[in-house]
Amino acid sequence: MNIWNFILSHFNYWAYIILMFIGLYGMIIKNNLIKKIIGMSIFQSAIILFYISTAVKLKGGIPILKTGGHGSFGHNPINIAEYMNPIPHVLMLTAIVVSVATLGVALALAIKIYRNYETLEEDEIREKISTEYFSEN
Amino acid sequence: MIEQLPCLVVIVTLISALVAAASGWLNKQYPFIIATSALTFSASASLILLFKIAGGLTISYHMAGWPPPIGIEYRIDGLSALVIAAIQIVALINIPVSKSYMNKNLKNKDAPFYGLYLLFITGLTGIVATGDAFNLYVLLEISSLTGYALIGMGNTRSPLAALNYLFIGSIGATFYLLGVGYIYIKTGTLNMAEIHTMLAPIANNSTILMAFALCVGGILTKAAFFPMNGWLPSAYASAPNGSIGIIAPLTTKVMVYVILRLGLSVFGQDIALGNMNLSMLMVNFAAIAIIFSSFKILYHTKIKRILSYIIIMEVAYMIGGFFTGNKDAMTGASIHVINDAAMTLCMFIAAGAITSKFLDDDIRNFKGLFKKMPFTAIGFIGGALAIIGIPPTCGFFSKWYLLKGSIEAHQFFFAASLIFSSFINAIVFFKIIEYGFFSEDHGHHHIEVDGIEEAGINVIIPLLLSLVIIIGLGLMTGKIVGNYISILI
Amino acid sequence: MKTTGKIIIFLCMAVFLYQTSDFPKWGDENSPASLHLSPYYILNTIKDTHVPNIVTSILADYRGFDTMFETTVVFSAGLACFFLLRRKSPKKKFKYYRHTPTGITLKIENNKKLSDEKSKVFREIDSLWTPLDPIIKTTCRFIIPFIQIFAFYVLAHGHYSPGGGFQGGVIFAATIILFAVSRNLTAAIKWISEKIASLLSAVGVLIYVGTAALCIIAGRLFLDYSALAPIFGTDEIMARSDGIFAVEIGVAIAVATVMTWIYYNLSSSGQHDEGL
Repeated sequence: MNIWNFILSHFNYWAYIILMFIGLYGMIIKNNLIKKIIGMSIFQSAIILFYISTAVKLKGGIPILKTGGHGSFGHNPINIAEYMNPIPHVLMLTAIVVSVATLGVALALAIKIYRNYETLEEDEIREKISTEYFSEN
Repeated sequence: MIEQLPCLVVIVTLISALVAAASGWLNKQYPFIIATSALTFSASASLILLFKIAGGLTISYHMAGWPPPIGIEYRIDGLSALVIAAIQIVALINIPVSKSYMNKNLKNKDAPFYGLYLLFITGLTGIVATGDAFNLYVLLEISSLTGYALIGMGNTRSPLAALNYLFIGSIGATFYLLGVGYIYIKTGTLNMAEIHTMLAPIANNSTILMAFALCVGGILTKAAFFPMNGWLPSAYASAPNGSIGIIAPLTTKVMVYVILRLGLSVFGQDIALGNMNLSMLMVNFAAIAIIFSSFKILYHTKIKRILSYIIIMEVAYMIGGFFTGNKDAMTGASIHVINDAAMTLCMFIAAGAITSKFLDDDIRNFKGLFKKMPFTAIGFIGGALAIIGIPPTCGFFSKWYLLKGSIEAHQFFFAASLIFSSFINAIVFFKIIEYGFFSEDHGHHHIEVDGIEEAGINVIIPLLLSLVIIIGLGLMTGKIVGNYISILI
Repeated sequence: MKTTGKIIIFLCMAVFLYQTSDFPKWGDENSPASLHLSPYYILNTIKDTHVPNIVTSILADYRGFDTMFETTVVFSAGLACFFLLRRKSPKKKFKYYRHTPTGITLKIENNKKLSDEKSKVFREIDSLWTPLDPIIKTTCRFIIPFIQIFAFYVLAHGHYSPGGGFQGGVIFAATIILFAVSRNLTAAIKWISEKIASLLSAVGVLIYVGTAALCIIAGRLFLDYSALAPIFGTDEIMARSDGIFAVEIGVAIAVATVMTWIYYNLSSSGQHDEGL
């Protein structure tokens, strides 16, 4: 019963950790550059999941104030427990945009590498670099 | 006007970056003119700010009028003002240098180049000036993205080096973001000063220690500290000459500043330096890093790789000095941030001049080169003396503080590695100077030195100016430490 | 090397999983994060800014400085892709033309040209064979204006429902990309040229920074929209609401044009002649 309660109350953290390490595995272990870029995207999405999951309140709805009829506010007292924590949502809007921008620059660099070396596997590229190197001397 | 200065230092370069990128469609000369005038304005603004802060003042600027922690705050104290001034002056000195290297593979790309240049400087200045932990992440990503693009336009190896730098840099920045998230779920605030007061009662919590490890580990990855330095030599050796003058001196030093700020003002010295095992581990790692880079310097023969490993060594000086923990060593680490920026600027301008004129960066082929390029030689030798640590250059004074502090704290391995590295630096630089001045003929090399002419005046004047700054910083060390740094530590 | 990497990853994962026992529970409303700072925003957003969407008011007013730099990140990504990739397309050996009434394709070799460059019956097509599909072309032609109106709706209703500048801008960029995918990249570039995309992206970010700088000129601190009350002609609280809307417009313009610019550069590998 204790283990079951523990899992139920912490499952969101376990989800983000597993997703984060899948992304890190892809970035570090895989050879193909596009697989590494996809791993980076998964890794950044895991962090976004972590922040958003800490903003949830069990009785809470979306962080937009409910109107009191005819678009007026301020007649009923605002109950904090009915609205989700808005700060992680704001921070993650910024983080999503930053991860999309990084993805764009990474893809542009991958296109440049492909133009120069005709392949996207990292070991083949390193082999081409080392043979170039010796032929220069 | 004066009280808007903390904001203007960041905003002027931002607006001029947008105007410069857009004005490239009108006329090719406009981006350079806009960049130069904007950097002149913000460099003078940062110097005015520096004079106002002298003596321990802390300026706080509330963005959007909301007081912290509701809004974002910019906090400038002595160390921040020094580093901001260093960033702006390095950027201003490098602008004429970048103009003379625009002809190679960067033709017709003046406008995006100067736009990215100014955005890079905006990001770095903002990192130093901010007082909000999440704002630091956003500015970190601005400077990182523009840095990847500026590095990626070098020779044929540079896109792969830039992509590897991108992967490792993204891991570092995302770990920092995760660390901020851990702090947020335990305290609920994002303002640095308020985190400091709220962490005091819960300092031994495992989440807070994990947050410290994540934040510092992520930033150390971007600062190229020992095990995580694989990205730096290839990236800096293949970057274009026009942009290496701001990327090499500034990126890693601003990351070391972030670690100093996290250790002093966010987590506080109790959490950062309280765990003796962690501090011993970091100081020993720093000593191993210094010895590792010393051997790499002896082994490599390309001038830019040698300078990249010297950067790794200097970062290890600063991190080891901070984690030693006593006042002298931390003063040495703080003053070394600025000194190393000046020294690296001088060396990379000289190395860029040599490699662009000579087209071969192997030092064994430098026979008699210094006689043909006398001013470049003066700059190179001056920078070399500063790195070795000879008075009155600034390198001597920071090494003196670090040595004194580490011997007082009984960190003898670190002190021994400092002396060992100065010795190795002396050997390597005297070897290069000997190659440069004496033209004996070994018969192996193919490239003739005779047709080489001196670098243009666009490069010589910044080089000599940076040499003057190195000597000036050395002579004014006492005043700088007294007015700006010793109050903080 | 790879096995040591896998071992390190598993060890780190174990440390992270062990550490989560200290975190607040799922959905806890008494966690420190929910009690310290966010109640101020929930209780005071109507009083300070008259905007019921709490996320928009934090994003564009309380923490508007972060959003300004986020827009700058998007702009610098577009500028970086342009800087890295853009080049003049190399001379092609073959050109392909399709005769529209009959569907016959011509292949012209050795750099020779058609006798009548601007003819309406012969259209140039990409070197990867693309079949002419009237269903996709006509459907997209009908849908695109409605998606654009939806994008304007999302932008304008950011104060009252989920939405705002970023979301509206991305939806608008999606229409341009849909047009490029359903027809041809050159057709999309004729519609919104690269010069317009890059200039408008800089203009979008300048609208944001300019509105904020106007607050300095009007006498208050940076990004303090209440200083713009005389310009908007309202009282201070409604000036904040109008200021939020003005910067959201800037953000939408910047995001829409930068996404288009990045798409042009990435899909044609910088050459802007043919693409997806």
